[in-house]
Amino acid sequence: MSLEVTDLRIDIGERRVVDGVSFAVPDGARVGLIGESGSGKSLTALAILGLLPDGAAAQGSVRWNGRELIGMPDRELATLRGDEIGIVFQEPRTALNPIRTIGRQIGESVRIHEGLSRREARGRAVAEAARVALPDPERIVARYPHQVSGGQRQRAAIAMALACRPRLLIADEPTTALDVTIQAEILELLLSLVEDDGMSLVFITHDLAVLSQIATHGVVLEDGRVVEAAPVSTLLSAPASRVTQGLLRDATATLWRPGHAPASRASGPEPQTGPAT
Amino acid sequence: MTGRTRLKVKWLERLWGLSTGRFGLIVVVVVVVTAIVSLFWTPFDPRQVEISNRWVLPGWPHLLGTDGSGRDILSLLMAGSRTTVLVAVGAGVIATVIGVSLAALGALTARWMRESVAVLVDILIAFPVLIIAMMISAVWGGSLAVVIWSVGIGFGVNIARVTRPELRRVLHSDFVLAGRASGLSPLQNLWRHLLPNVAPVFIVQLSWGMAVAVLAEAGLSYLGFGAPVTEPSWGLLLAELQQYITVYPLSVLWPGLAITFTVLALNLLGDALREATDPTLSRGRDPLHPPRGAIRHVPEVVA
Repeated sequence: MSLEVTDLRIDIGERRVVDGVSFAVPDGARVGLIGESGSGKSLTALAILGLLPDGAAAQGSVRWNGRELIGMPDRELATLRGDEIGIVFQEPRTALNPIRTIGRQIGESVRIHEGLSRREARGRAVAEAARVALPDPERIVARYPHQVSGGQRQRAAIAMALACRPRLLIADEPTTALDVTIQAEILELLLSLVEDDGMSLVFITHDLAVLSQIATHGVVLEDGRVVEAAPVSTLLSAPASRVTQGLLRDATATLWRPGHAPASRASGPEPQTGPAT
Repeated sequence: MTGRTRLKVKWLERLWGLSTGRFGLIVVVVVVVTAIVSLFWTPFDPRQVEISNRWVLPGWPHLLGTDGSGRDILSLLMAGSRTTVLVAVGAGVIATVIGVSLAALGALTARWMRESVAVLVDILIAFPVLIIAMMISAVWGGSLAVVIWSVGIGFGVNIARVTRPELRRVLHSDFVLAGRASGLSPLQNLWRHLLPNVAPVFIVQLSWGMAVAVLAEAGLSYLGFGAPVTEPSWGLLLAELQQYITVYPLSVLWPGLAITFTVLALNLLGDALREATDPTLSRGRDPLHPPRGAIRHVPEVVA
């Protein structure tokens, strides 16, 4: 169950926004894509799922379990989305449909992929809500997104992405829109869920401090190119590129200085970085 | 299945809970039922001329009195409601088909198509449909079909104009992307996430369009460009009775009231429907999460 991205190129019109990005995520590995706004992190994530916006086209290779995802028909990709690969977006305000209850949205992917009935999906949604530590899961599944807090919405979005127990979770800046305490809770939650299920994780962020808490390896992007790929501890202690040095300076918390980085509790297989062969 | 029916009832309950929704619903149901009943039964034959019974005041057996040729006004109104319902529903259906297809073409297709549809809609919206309807009627004689088609097309374009940008906005929401990321096909996604979020805007436009259709039929018929004189119509009745307004003012009241109430009810019903179907607008009883725009009651501040 590994993901291999090789020489990924994304064009929007005439403009090349992602240019030759390569990285690999072996089974159970946690890899971070880090870079400033506009460096092509999010587009890379969307390209993996074949969800690029209109007018953007991807070339190169994205192999999931040996299957080539680029150029795969949408019908076939849809069977993977939510089932084998889940995604959590940045903005919890807009990631949930405002006029459907939280429970129905959590239960959506199990209804699609496992063919559960409405009633069964509801029961499953309650269980999933409990799993992401939403308070009072029985009642919260009947609520609408505007009736719960931002952190709870992000928990619901995570429950949505994980309801089918995907093998890979892509998290696109899931904590950026939250305040610092909630951020820490959500990171903690993500890490424990990923470890419980033995999932692989692709975590996208612009914050090296956040990255150091959750990923073992980092791939640093600038203007759509990979400028550095190394274990997170190396990025923190000996940043090789100018971009990484800048990111390190900007890292929000001083708590995660080298040596204290909780990434050191990383276990599991070592991810390979650089072009997959 | 039970979940679905319960949900529908809940939604109707919310509609009933709004005073505007209740009023709109009652009036619209009364008009529709009257139209259906009038197909089988009216107190008197609405075409029955009885010169000896001219200008009878409201009473028994002519509850709303009679007109200048002794026809029963209640029966005329009942028969006229058929025309009203036919025009409102006909124009509504045409407007929906045109509006939704133009909006979908203008929001979901390739860029060149989207932009040409937007321009087309902007051009079409500049056409004064009612005046065109009058011109057509003046040349070829009035008919209900002309009224229905002109209002239907006119409001279809209006619906497209308002719904298209709304559809574009929702299309770019994260939850639509999240729906696709859950494995929904584009069509399922359209049905579950896109359309329900566009529906409130559409419902308001549609109810307004139907109200205008009722008004347009009455207005055009009043001016002699709508229903042919052989058809029962509130507008025709108003035109006929209005000639004697100084002598028999009471009789004019009935068709006028019927038109006003129907138009008002359609508008209010549309507004209430929007409120009842949008959970972010509904009046929750939860004090921590009051409806949008409501003032949160904070005892310490009040005391």
